[in-house]
Amino acid sequence: MTVATIPAPAFAIERFKLDNGLRVVLAPDPGAPVVGVAVVYDVGMRSEPEGRTGFAHLFEHMMFQGSHNVGKAEHMRHVQSAGGTFNGSTHIDYTDYFNLLPSNGLELALFLEADRMRGPAITEENLANQVSVVKEEIRVNVLNRPYGGFPWIKLPPVMFDTFANSHDGYGSFVDLDAATVADAKSFFEAYYPASNAVLSVAGDFDVEQARELVQRHFGSVEDRPAPVLPSFAEPDLTAERRESYVDERATLPAVAAAWRVPDPVTDLEAFLPYVVLGELLTDGDASRLVERLVHTDRTASAVAAHTTFMAEPFASRGPTVLLVQAFLPPGTAVDTVLGTIDVELARVAEGVEEAELDRVKARVAAQLLRGDDSVMGRSRRFATAEIFHGDAAMSTRFPVLLGEVTAESVARAAASLTPQRRAVLEVVPGGAK
Amino acid sequence: MSNVVPGLTPEVPLSLPVPVERTLPNGLRVLLTRRPGVPLAEVRLSIPAAHADLATADLLASALFSGTETNSMTEIAQRLQGVGGALGAGADPDRIAVSGNSLATGLHELLDVLGDLLKAADYPAGPLTVEQSRIIDGLSVAEQQPDFQVNRVLDARLWGDHPYGHQQPTAAEVAAVTREAVLALHAARIHPNGARLVIVGDIDTDAAGAAVEKALGDWNGAGEPRRMEPLPDLVSGPLLLVDRPGSVQSAIRVAYPAVERTHPDNAAQHLANLVFGGYFSSRLVMNLRETKGYGYSPRSRVDHSPAGSVQLAAVDVATEVTGPALAELRAELRGMAERPPAADELDLARRYALGSVKLATATQAGVANYISVLAAAGLPLAWLTEHSERIREVTPADVQRVAAERLDPDRAVTVVLGDGGEIRESLAAFGEIEVP
Repeated sequence: MTVATIPAPAFAIERFKLDNGLRVVLAPDPGAPVVGVAVVYDVGMRSEPEGRTGFAHLFEHMMFQGSHNVGKAEHMRHVQSAGGTFNGSTHIDYTDYFNLLPSNGLELALFLEADRMRGPAITEENLANQVSVVKEEIRVNVLNRPYGGFPWIKLPPVMFDTFANSHDGYGSFVDLDAATVADAKSFFEAYYPASNAVLSVAGDFDVEQARELVQRHFGSVEDRPAPVLPSFAEPDLTAERRESYVDERATLPAVAAAWRVPDPVTDLEAFLPYVVLGELLTDGDASRLVERLVHTDRTASAVAAHTTFMAEPFASRGPTVLLVQAFLPPGTAVDTVLGTIDVELARVAEGVEEAELDRVKARVAAQLLRGDDSVMGRSRRFATAEIFHGDAAMSTRFPVLLGEVTAESVARAAASLTPQRRAVLEVVPGGAK
Repeated sequence: MSNVVPGLTPEVPLSLPVPVERTLPNGLRVLLTRRPGVPLAEVRLSIPAAHADLATADLLASALFSGTETNSMTEIAQRLQGVGGALGAGADPDRIAVSGNSLATGLHELLDVLGDLLKAADYPAGPLTVEQSRIIDGLSVAEQQPDFQVNRVLDARLWGDHPYGHQQPTAAEVAAVTREAVLALHAARIHPNGARLVIVGDIDTDAAGAAVEKALGDWNGAGEPRRMEPLPDLVSGPLLLVDRPGSVQSAIRVAYPAVERTHPDNAAQHLANLVFGGYFSSRLVMNLRETKGYGYSPRSRVDHSPAGSVQLAAVDVATEVTGPALAELRAELRGMAERPPAADELDLARRYALGSVKLATATQAGVANYISVLAAAGLPLAWLTEHSERIREVTPADVQRVAAERLDPDRAVTVVLGDGGEIRESLAAFGEIEVP
């Protein structure tokens, strides 16, 4: 058996801060004539106000509706006219905006991001338009398909009690319809100062020139204080919570089980074994749960485990979870599967062979490296590492840190996943007609 | 602070790697490309499979990793995982494909595993049954997805009895496949002659070539090559209405003719498609999304497949705006010839097209995909450079001409999937309706 040593990628990273508090990450790499420009704001679904579910995501859409010197749809037009692509994405703990362009478009992208960092141009008309677009997005991804929102929207309300941690981040149609221009203005005021953001540039560019361009375009963005990050803490579960619902378009029973894990930011060392454990449980046919549930017992058709609701262990805060989800062959009892998961976790808790652990770590490292294949992926990951871990260079160290996770700590992590600490959500299929 | 939108600095020319290419004595065509960056290797293997039974090919692809004469499924998975690797396989009407990646230092191990699978996979009965059930389970879920449902009807409507008319097997077809049929398909089709292996990554091409030869040089056998016949001409007809009771959206699909990559009109067609609906700044997106708010991702694309090409416009819209959305889509399609793009609208699409090639070839995975896709059409990666030059030459008159020839809603095939009771009336305005 060959087990690879884990390589560490060597990307040069320069970090500095502007007077207005904007943190800047520059990661030059002349490998291909393209450049990735990402801006990450330290605000996500957890921070949206009560009565405004889905607002962080709606606001992300509004950031594309024009700004001081950019008309509606012009951001997209400018980037695409430079041969580039763009997007934004809203997560539980952050919101990012990213552009990938041929390298001669660097200044354009910096200008566009700086312009909207000064404030989007939101009107009643473009707000109503984007509320409509967001509803169609929710219909496509949640309402009109089987297992829509399972488990990322459906499980948090079982697991958590506070509005911040439990609500639907895509938003209810009632709340989306209630959103106003004034709401957007106050959301921007509260969460979008330069001091609450990281600008990250990766790819083919000259560092000195980029530094000068960043200063030119972002230097005059207003200096405003960053919001104080509230605590989202709530107590761990002491008794199992369990709910189920009927999905009319689902054809297979499904189940998700989640356990609270140590804080990925403030207790990273204790969190990392859970990242490795997730892979050990379900990455590939040699993993514990795939081998047992899918291939031996045949009580699952597919099973996957990961930390954090959106499977982004290094771009999340606490409280968060390790989550196992499984789709079962028709007629299979969810309790059978949950019981087997308990048995397999107990086996891991008894100890893990180094050989197995090394294989899992090699695969985890390769997957992280694959995320760095594109400068877009790299620029986004550098930015979130800066936001959550205070240092973009941490992004290149995660494979190494995972490599240092011990067999004992993985066993202890498995031992902590007891039935009384878990939240379980069951999907009852209604669509097998 | 400057409030003038900055221009672009001088363009960096497109620079593509040149694959090192050779054909092994057994017929396997190997294309190796060194692309430093992350220390990984991307692998794409494509084996011709025209007229293979679709359900059998799907099961073969799923069970390929279930065990060989000398390795169990678990051993195969462990060997791959140990080098940070993973392999997957899939089948379509043209080919059976195996793709994956690993740490670059583990490429030889991944190739050894791949060689073992190709030469000695024996589809043990137990694991094969598991894979069969998983495909059937997966189909039952897919069959509830609007996109899957509408594509199945659209393929059948577009291509009829051609193999492209039936690209997703039914559960019954999968259930009927026997282990003997999978073994027979492997024996008949999993051969190096006509197959193509693409490897891209942080590799030494000499060493990788030697590893390929060691792992796959003795892969042998030959079956009867079968050719895929070209796609039939697209025939318009009544609008097809697929009833999906309770659907909160309607999936609108409009297919219209296209020429293949090597046709003189291809560059103009590429830009016409972009202007119409092929990127965010297109007419379709600006109208249906940014003005009307009817849909989240209106889009149009050109599909080039080995047997032929077609263009497809697609949008999912709220049930109550189904009729108006289809009317706008048709008007925009017709408008491409009636209101052809002016120079600036065309230049925007042109610059996007030229940039897209650079972005798509900026990663190891992107280069591997492009080499593989173009090779399937008999074209080298360098074709992208020639295509880029042709893109530069396209005029508004060219776009108007190709639009007039092919972007005509009355010559298109239209399928709408939605809540029939709610949308039928609003679709009556478009002419005859057929319910499959």
